[in-house]
Amino acid sequence: MASAPDYSWPPMEKRKLIGKPIKRLDGPQKSTGRAKYASDLKPQGLLFAAYMGSPHAHARITKIDTSEAEKMPGVKAVHIINPEGTEIQWQGMEVAAAAAATEEAANDALRKIKVDYEVLPHFVQEADLKQAGARGKAAGERVTGDPDKAFQDAEAVSEGQYGIPVITHCCLETHGSVVQWQGDQVHVFPSTQYISGTAAGLAPNIKVPIANIQAHMDYIGGGFGSKFSPGKWAEVCAFLSQKAGGAPVRLFLDRKMDQLIAGNRPSAFATVKLGGKKDGTVTAWESNGWGTGGFAGGGSPPLPYVIDRIPNARQTFTGVSVNAGPNQAWRAPNNQQAAFLTCCALEDFAAKIGMDPAAVFDKNFAYAPDARVETYRYQLRKAADLAEWSKHWHPRGKGASGVVKRGLGLGFSAWAGAGQASQCRATIHVDGSVVVDIGTQDLGTGTRTVITQVAAETLGLPMGAIKLNIGDNSLPVSGASGGSSTVGGVCSSTRKAAMNALVKLFETVAPSLGAQPEDLEAVNGKIQVKDTPAKSLAWAAACKKIAAAGQISEMGENVQRSPGGLNTQGAAGVQIADVSVDTETGIVRVNRYVAVQDCGLVVNPWLAQSQVHGAVIMGLSTALLEERIMDARTGRMLNPDMEFYKLAGINDVGDIVVHLDIRPENDKRGIIGLGEPPAIAICAAVSNAVANAIGVRVPNVPVTADRVLAALEGRNA
Amino acid sequence: MNSRKDPKLPVRPSGGVSRRGFVSGLGIGGGALGTGLLEKEAVAAPAPANLIGPGPAAITLTINGKPVNLKVEPRVTLLDALRNYIGMTGAKNVCDRGVCGACTVIMAGKTVYSCAVLAIDAQGKNIETIEGLAAGNSLHPISAAFVANDGQQCGYCTSGFVMAAKGFLDEHPNPTMDDVKHGLGGNLCRCGTYMGVRKAVIEAAANMKGAKNG
Repeated sequence: MASAPDYSWPPMEKRKLIGKPIKRLDGPQKSTGRAKYASDLKPQGLLFAAYMGSPHAHARITKIDTSEAEKMPGVKAVHIINPEGTEIQWQGMEVAAAAAATEEAANDALRKIKVDYEVLPHFVQEADLKQAGARGKAAGERVTGDPDKAFQDAEAVSEGQYGIPVITHCCLETHGSVVQWQGDQVHVFPSTQYISGTAAGLAPNIKVPIANIQAHMDYIGGGFGSKFSPGKWAEVCAFLSQKAGGAPVRLFLDRKMDQLIAGNRPSAFATVKLGGKKDGTVTAWESNGWGTGGFAGGGSPPLPYVIDRIPNARQTFTGVSVNAGPNQAWRAPNNQQAAFLTCCALEDFAAKIGMDPAAVFDKNFAYAPDARVETYRYQLRKAADLAEWSKHWHPRGKGASGVVKRGLGLGFSAWAGAGQASQCRATIHVDGSVVVDIGTQDLGTGTRTVITQVAAETLGLPMGAIKLNIGDNSLPVSGASGGSSTVGGVCSSTRKAAMNALVKLFETVAPSLGAQPEDLEAVNGKIQVKDTPAKSLAWAAACKKIAAAGQISEMGENVQRSPGGLNTQGAAGVQIADVSVDTETGIVRVNRYVAVQDCGLVVNPWLAQSQVHGAVIMGLSTALLEERIMDARTGRMLNPDMEFYKLAGINDVGDIVVHLDIRPENDKRGIIGLGEPPAIAICAAVSNAVANAIGVRVPNVPVTADRVLAALEGRNA
Repeated sequence: MNSRKDPKLPVRPSGGVSRRGFVSGLGIGGGALGTGLLEKEAVAAPAPANLIGPGPAAITLTINGKPVNLKVEPRVTLLDALRNYIGMTGAKNVCDRGVCGACTVIMAGKTVYSCAVLAIDAQGKNIETIEGLAAGNSLHPISAAFVANDGQQCGYCTSGFVMAAKGFLDEHPNPTMDDVKHGLGGNLCRCGTYMGVRKAVIEAAANMKGAKNG
């Protein structure tokens, strides 16, 4: 019997596909418009649904009359989502939905639904904690060491207030699905980050067994943490299909509803006080923070971030309940807020004692987890080199004269990113064709491509020899694409499945090569005796020998607790923003942005770089432009669109310099996810760069022109 | 709830009588008479044969050089006509209102947001969509450049970007990087593919010029 297969990654110098900059496999489908997203599907007899929410932020539904809507031509189903008596807690909270033969008719039907509301008092703005009153729920004070004494003994104390607002995911494909409920079977075509979990998420809400729900998705137009569950809309879509006699129904939120109810990132505000020595060592931390994630209140960001071994610390955090849509996970939940509050406070401490913040950051990295201290210091040096820190940095506000001021700012990040639980099946057919089945999804991160790289590398075949099936809940179960856990999980399970299948093939062909199975290897489309190309069989010839069995089909599994060295967690990053600020107009331009990131073994540096580019661009958009603006008087969101909810365009981001820290010692750690780590530090780095440029802190992001001017004039904004 | 169907252009078939023209043609000001009466008069009068709407009207669109007949209400946008009536789903509906460019097509040689054009107004003009960009399995040089430079992640903005790039390069065959940053400013991406898009457009320009010269 062959011994247990060796699943470990091939050594760097022997890799043929892993670690190579291979183009994304589904690129041609996307760049020709042929990729079909759930929102593109138009099965025979499709009905279009429209989804109606409350115009009020806080109200009770006193009456709903759908009779007129139901009589409208073309209308096939009307469904009340929240009945009379429901207390509405945010604008856009669901009231009813309709399905009709055309999208126009469905929207007309909504306009004919009569809803009476008893309007109730609302509270929607959390930026000023004093106004929150009973809507704020303080978590208990957390104290480490003796902060009072430490502040007393401190050689210097700095203090600041900082704010990072609620922002929305703004996935280009809104939330929704196509559902067909026929008899006891439900077919769902969702836009989801979790195809394997779609049935279990939907089943209890529509009271259908999980076994009777089939879910399939080929492409998704963005998720960023907001598309883990099928959503209320999928359930409503199912009911509409049922009411319409089993016709397929397409229900995607319109942009306004998507902005109002489909998820957002919680805000965080805090006063932060740092005490320490004049050599830059921080000895005391105090923060009093607050923020909101919607009606349910808000979670507390982990403070101090990364440098959490500051010996003396006190912190409080008040979660504020507002009458606005609920939060969803947002690409590194809580970490952006924590990085922003911590890095801004640290930079202000450096300014207070007149030190270069790079030196202060370096010194206080001593408080980072032991295993990461040297990594952060290495990354800081690398980032400083790439940003030409020594050339362009100047003491705060002491740059060149002139209207446009240039400044540099720092930020850092940490993320776990361990590989998710994942199962994969690899099948080798008698004709040599290979199928890899895995119940994952590709969010545009390149999941299809990296799985194929791993399978092909393991079997010694070219990329084109692998047929990959993903995006269906009949496939072996894989986790949700979140927490930067996908790449580690799916690559590890694929490696194991492919290796298990290969070992079976070795056992089958070993006698004909006069060798033991463990002496064989698969390279260059051949099965050969190790390092003896003369004793070999071409792949197709080898596969013919499995005719008796018909095929070889083997499973592979990544178990989170024992990844066997294939993947791991713990990614550090240091980033530097280089900005120019026009002190007359207040406009901030990003000249260059440097991102240094460690991420273990990089399966595809080309796609990894795209991930970092994307994370940085998204972060720059949030640092400069994005904010959910609530109207205190009406309780409504003033910018539930993409016109006044601003996203950065192609000319709003500067040049981005990515350095993936692919040193052998990192490679040895195994794969670490990369979706979130580089998205964390941008608001911090940009805010610090602006402070460095203009000499004063702009307390809140986004750093808009009016806030810059207000800070320059000493006004509060 | 849906603010997307906001026809900015009045329905006014050439040489015919529009509803608005018909009503004002009665010579009745709104002041003295109630609008209720005005509406009753308007409804009671026989509709001229060439009045279209509000029900579906037969129209012909010229898409990628080929005529396509369909019946849509006059309020249906070109984007919804393409996606929901014709089944061409390369153009995407993202922002609902002419901001993001995911629905970009080229109409009569001009780059337009198809969500901001009524289908009935698109008649008589050639409409180039991404489906017409390349035949069979070959890639148009712009699509190929998007693949080669990874100007795409989730891909939902990509069709719009490719068509915007086509319209841009048709007018500016020799762009600088600065031109590209300004010329493609009408399209938004959420995944953050701009670095790849910039390079893709520059590369496509070079390749298309090479093809022409060759």
